[in-house]
Parts: sequence; structure tokens; C-alpha cells
Amino acid sequence: MRTGKTTVAALAAVTGLLLTACGGGGGSTEDSKEFTAPVAENPSFEEGTTMAHLAEQGTITVGTKYDQPLFALKGLDGEMRGFDVAIAEIIAGRLGIPADRINWQETPSKDREKYIRDDTVDMVVATYTINDKRDERVDFAGPYYRAGQDLMVRADNESITGPESLRDSDAEVCSAHGSTPSERIREYVDNSRVVLFDSYSKCADALSNGQVQAVTTDDAILMGLVSESDNEFKVVGETFSEEPYGVGIPEGDVDFCEFVNKSLRIAAEEGTYQEAWNATAGRVSDRTPELPELRSCS
Amino acid sequence: MQVLIANHGAYLSGIATTLWLCLYSGVLTLVVGTVIAGFRVSPLTPLRAFGTAWVTVFRNCPLVVVLFFMAFALPVLGLNASYFVFGTVGLALYTSAFVCEAIRSGINSVPAGQAEAARSIGLGFTQTLGLVILPQAVRSIIPPLGSVLIAMIKNSAIAGAFGVGGDLYMTGTRLSSAQGEAVVPVLIGVALGYLVITIPAGLLLGYVERKVAIAR
Repeated sequence: MRTGKTTVAALAAVTGLLLTACGGGGGSTEDSKEFTAPVAENPSFEEGTTMAHLAEQGTITVGTKYDQPLFALKGLDGEMRGFDVAIAEIIAGRLGIPADRINWQETPSKDREKYIRDDTVDMVVATYTINDKRDERVDFAGPYYRAGQDLMVRADNESITGPESLRDSDAEVCSAHGSTPSERIREYVDNSRVVLFDSYSKCADALSNGQVQAVTTDDAILMGLVSESDNEFKVVGETFSEEPYGVGIPEGDVDFCEFVNKSLRIAAEEGTYQEAWNATAGRVSDRTPELPELRSCS
Repeated sequence: MQVLIANHGAYLSGIATTLWLCLYSGVLTLVVGTVIAGFRVSPLTPLRAFGTAWVTVFRNCPLVVVLFFMAFALPVLGLNASYFVFGTVGLALYTSAFVCEAIRSGINSVPAGQAEAARSIGLGFTQTLGLVILPQAVRSIIPPLGSVLIAMIKNSAIAGAFGVGGDLYMTGTRLSSAQGEAVVPVLIGVALGYLVITIPAGLLLGYVERKVAIAR
């Protein structure tokens, strides 16, 4: 076949380029597991409550994300790491369930309410912003962290200083499709300048290549991207929204909600909450958050 | 159904974006596909080899890979454009392989005597192809070409995942995921949106097919 060589060469060229393209965004900042939640010995709970059921069962199914650096990332070794993971381990620990008895269930943003409602998971800890629409379908304990929407730009960008500075510019802004930040940014830039991908790491690539001038989402996620970028990116301005992260639990389970809140409060008092932060998201942040004021369960 | 009525603006702009994407891609892919088909039947070996390589690469690469390459590899190599342009070109290149093969099958369906006759009265290769072969080939390539183009319209949904903002499919994702609308009615709306584009496209192709048909 006379054309064989050309074909192979062309294929090789394309494959090579693709490999180069994919090679970028890897590398994790969390190399080892440094946080271990305390595990209560033989805790006792009132008969018939969710806690009694879970404690007796000795295992709990937790819905979380698998691809959120610093908050919940499943490593290649299968180990779960991040602040959401640590929070789930703290709660499980109060039930007497050690970390290795937790069943993790990957829970993308769009499936969170569904998984709680059909009992696929016992609770969801997945950068899960508490809002009214979601509150109608599930209940929230917490919040355990208060995030806010922010902007990330290239380190040498001086013109973008906050969302207001986007109004008069022609900058394009990247976010993940289906996310709340991607909707809110439309108050500042018009639709045609919002570029959407399925993950924030693609946005980071686009920012690095100069296709977009800013990436927007919760500050917690941006911090993770900055930490992986070798100072190529920076986060600018103040947060311009409030995203309180809660623990999603089934509708109407007041006892369980109060138990989760109590676990968070005790963790904050004992310092495990701060430890959990420092071992995960705290690695790239100077500040240690305080446990936000908890909502009342009802 | 209320979702459709309440969000008709979003749906309409989604249809418009998809339509523009497909119009640009469609024109580009027809031009590229025809040229490559010409290469594949050309008497020059390097051109034939190039045509074969082109079809092999683009027909066998998943569209996702082609679009990924456009959106993420070309900028690294220093080629910058908007994601809309990348999406349009990627979709066109991918589809051009199929367009090329549809056209080539049409060319092969024209009896060899036609080409020989054209050559014998002194027409060159380009003239033979453009003036004698292709006009006859068109009649038999409209149906397969139509299928390829309609497949392209549906494939354009993939371009939405590569930064082409606000196409029909992504509009659906936005409504269901970010604004919390129920998924099924939203997707029914998306399906209807594609039908609004593909059914008239099919009718148009049927019309063209009747126009170019020879009365037998």
C-alpha cells in the first residue's frame, strides 16, 4: 500500500500533539493523607434514629465529588482526600465509624438531591451550597464552610480587579456549565462572553492558553487551581457571593441534622475542624476559617 | 411544557447558535469534502495519498478528539481563535471525511466512458471533474450527503462541550442543572429544537434531490 506511510505519520503526529495537550493539568498537591478523624467508641443513640441505625450497621454511605482539588479528590491510589472528605470522616467518627468503613459514592452536582431522596447515600458532603430551591427537596445541616464566588486571572493581568471591571472590558470568562457561578457572572458580562466547560481544569487550560481572560467559581475551588498552577494564576478582588456549604441529608430528619451540627460544633471546639482544614485546603490558604454559625434544624 | 414557554428565549437563542454553527460548518465541509474527493480520484499519487490520509484520520478519530485537539492543542501550538471558530472548523473537518466519501461514491457511479469522452475532446482533469463528472454525480450523492449533513447537525451538540457558548444542547444543560428545572421536559424541548432544524433541512434536501433528478 503506497499511502500507508503517510497515514501512519499523520496519525502519529496527531497522537503526539494530543498527548502534549493532555499532559498539562496533572499533578496533585495532596500527596499523603495527614488527617485522621477521632472515632468514638461505642457511642449510644436513641432507639430508632438514623444515628442508631448507622452506628449499628457500622458503615455509612457518603456522597461526594471525586474531582474537586482540596475539597474532595479521589487519588489514583483510590484514597479520598480533601476538606469535604475530612468533614464526612469527622461526622462518621462521631458515629463510631472509622474512615475505612465509609462507602464513598461519587455524586456530581446535578445528582445530589436525587441521591439523597432515593437513599442512594446517607448524606452528601460535596461543596454543596445551601439555597432555597435545594432546601425544598432535601435538608441541610451546617454550614461547615462559607465560600464565595471569585475571579481567577493570569498572574500578570492588572486590568481585571473584580467583577465590576469585567463590565466595560471585552474579557471572556470561563466557568463550568450547570453551575451557580456560571449563572451569576451573567449579571456582569453578556452571554456571548461566557465560555463553559464541564470541568474547571479545562477552564484553567483555556486561561493558560489565553482563550479566556478570567475563570470564575467558588474561591475554594479557585484556590485549588492556583495551587496547581505554579504561580501562573492569581485570585483577584473580594468574593461577590455567599456560598455556604452544607451537609445534605434527607428531608425531615431533624435528629440527624442536629447530630451533624453537634458533631461540627464539637470538632470546632476540639480543634479537629481546624486540623482538617490545615491538612487539606489550608495548604494553599493563609487563613483558617472559623466554623460558620450553624442553621437551626427544623 | 411550562418550562418551554417560560424559557422560549433561551431555546430560541440556542437554536440560533446551533443553526449558525451548522451553516458555517456545512458550507466549509462541503467545500473541503469536494476538494478532498477530487484529490482521492486525482491521477497524482501525492494528492491521492493526501486524500486517503485525510479521510483515514478524520473518519476514524472520534469527533470529541478532533474538537479537543482544536480547542486545547492548537492554542498551545500558537494558533488562537475563538471557541466558536474552533468548533466550526473542527466539526467541518470531521464531517468532510464523510462528505468526501459520499462524493467519491457519486463520482465512481458515473460511467468511465464519460471521463474518457471528456479527455478525448481535450478537457483537463479539473475540467473533466468539474464540468462533466460532478454534475452527473450530484444526482446520486444528494441522499447520502443529506444523511451526513443531518448527522453533523446533531453532532454539533458536542461542540457545545468545547466552549462554544449557548448552543441548543448546552442551553438544556443550563436550564436543568444551573436553574434547577426538571430534566425531562427540558430535554424534550432540546429534542424539539433539533427537530426544528433537521426536519426543514431534510425537506430542503428532498427538494434539491427532485430538482437535480433527471426524468427517466
